[in-house]
Amino acid sequence: MYSDKVMDHFEHPRNVGVIEDADGVGTVGNPVCGDVMKMYLKIDDNEVITDVKFKTFGCASAIATSSMATEMIKGKTVDEALELTNKAVAEALDGLPPVKMHCSVLAEEAVKAAIEDYRDKKLKEN
Amino acid sequence: MIKYFDNAATTALDKDILDKMMEYFTDRYFNPSSIYTPSISVHKDVEESRKRVADAINAKAEEIYFTSGGSESDNLAIKGFAYANRKKGKHIITSCIEHPAIINSCKSLEKEGFEVTYLSVDENGFIKLDELENSIREDTILISVMTANNEIGTIEPIKEIGRIAHEHGIKFHTDAVQAIGSVKIDVEDMNIDMLSMSGHKFYGPKGVGVLYIKKGTNVTRMNDGGHQERDKRSGTENVPGIIGIGYAIEKAYKDFDKNVKRITELRDYYISEIEKRIPDIILNGDRTKRLPGNANFSFKYIEGESIMLLLDQKGICVSTGSACSSKTLEPSYVLLSIGLPHEIAHGSIRVSIGKHNTKEEVDYLIDSVVEVVEKLRAMSPLYEEEK
Repeated sequence: MYSDKVMDHFEHPRNVGVIEDADGVGTVGNPVCGDVMKMYLKIDDNEVITDVKFKTFGCASAIATSSMATEMIKGKTVDEALELTNKAVAEALDGLPPVKMHCSVLAEEAVKAAIEDYRDKKLKEN
Repeated sequence: MIKYFDNAATTALDKDILDKMMEYFTDRYFNPSSIYTPSISVHKDVEESRKRVADAINAKAEEIYFTSGGSESDNLAIKGFAYANRKKGKHIITSCIEHPAIINSCKSLEKEGFEVTYLSVDENGFIKLDELENSIREDTILISVMTANNEIGTIEPIKEIGRIAHEHGIKFHTDAVQAIGSVKIDVEDMNIDMLSMSGHKFYGPKGVGVLYIKKGTNVTRMNDGGHQERDKRSGTENVPGIIGIGYAIEKAYKDFDKNVKRITELRDYYISEIEKRIPDIILNGDRTKRLPGNANFSFKYIEGESIMLLLDQKGICVSTGSACSSKTLEPSYVLLSIGLPHEIAHGSIRVSIGKHNTKEEVDYLIDSVVEVVEKLRAMSPLYEEEK
């Protein structure tokens, strides 16, 4: 049902955890629907994402897409990270079953929510 | 080595049962409907198997109809009975936690003008007898309530339900697919007019089931063809399957006390260890009136498909009521019916212990569940918020 890559990221998720002094934090999803993703970003003065961590409540594909999304944006600039699409995450995992595509949408939205939080904070600082 | 804890999904066919079936595939392949000597002998064996099934549930041989399995038996019972009795009434009562073979048969009938009441269940999964009585109408023709639930293992008060049905002149069907071999059945004592079962749930073969139809209960056949099964079920008999289910049910009740005692002990051990070692969990179903092998837990803050797949990586087979393992993205309707909120229903794992499971396997299962739940909770933002 799942590709080897999905299973690898599910069983050995990358970047699980919390960043206590994160510059941006985004939470998306709803426990009622069975998926919640929380993403933490550490962003330097050049707007490069230097660290990223996540916590996810959800099925194997929710965990795998979170893990893959963190790998794909680490070291990227905020603008580059904003271009991450759910399709790219799914493709990087060698595809997802059709009913699980919404998990990759959540991963994209989690990244965007964390960046939005970062930008809101910056606006308030200035 | 696979550690199989999904015996409610299917069981391993016993080798001695298979041995008894084999000759009917090969040397004695004859069609039991033919009237030459080899066929007559096969026909005789089919009838002996019918008798074995009948004896196991205190029925008469001529009240046993062989089908392809539980779903066909349920379809035949619900639709076949409704069509045969539509002049008497159009109302059927069932429960909201029935197997899809019952629920969807009822849904089909609703499209044709029948009316169906789906009884609610309490937090342990029991139907309420007063609600049942209050639902009975002048035009109620059939009550169908499962003997035991496949997901949460709750054993319904079948005898009482049958009594209420008969007091009102209504026929009573029960889907006993999960119960055969785990619950003693006496169709006379328990007021049952129709009963469904499936061979592969009690160490018999797949592809064969039974519908018991009490004499005097009218059922219209659902597939047209020849006159097999006394005109109730056309199609050449699945002779090896029929032979297999007969021996399997005989064996299930011969070994009943021994198996049920052992399986119940293993299940209670699993339940008590999980409750000791993992906080924030809910045992779904009733603590005592449940199938011997069934243990269904909801693990808060995590999701069932993830638990199931991590256990699978350890060679353990279990099942989940999570939405993510379904095609609808809705969690199990049974778990929602007993009042679990969606987010907790998502985190449910059913273990169903069978006669081949050992104490060592259950120990491995317990340790694995503890480890997997801890791993997923460490990853869960819901757990983090709660702590």
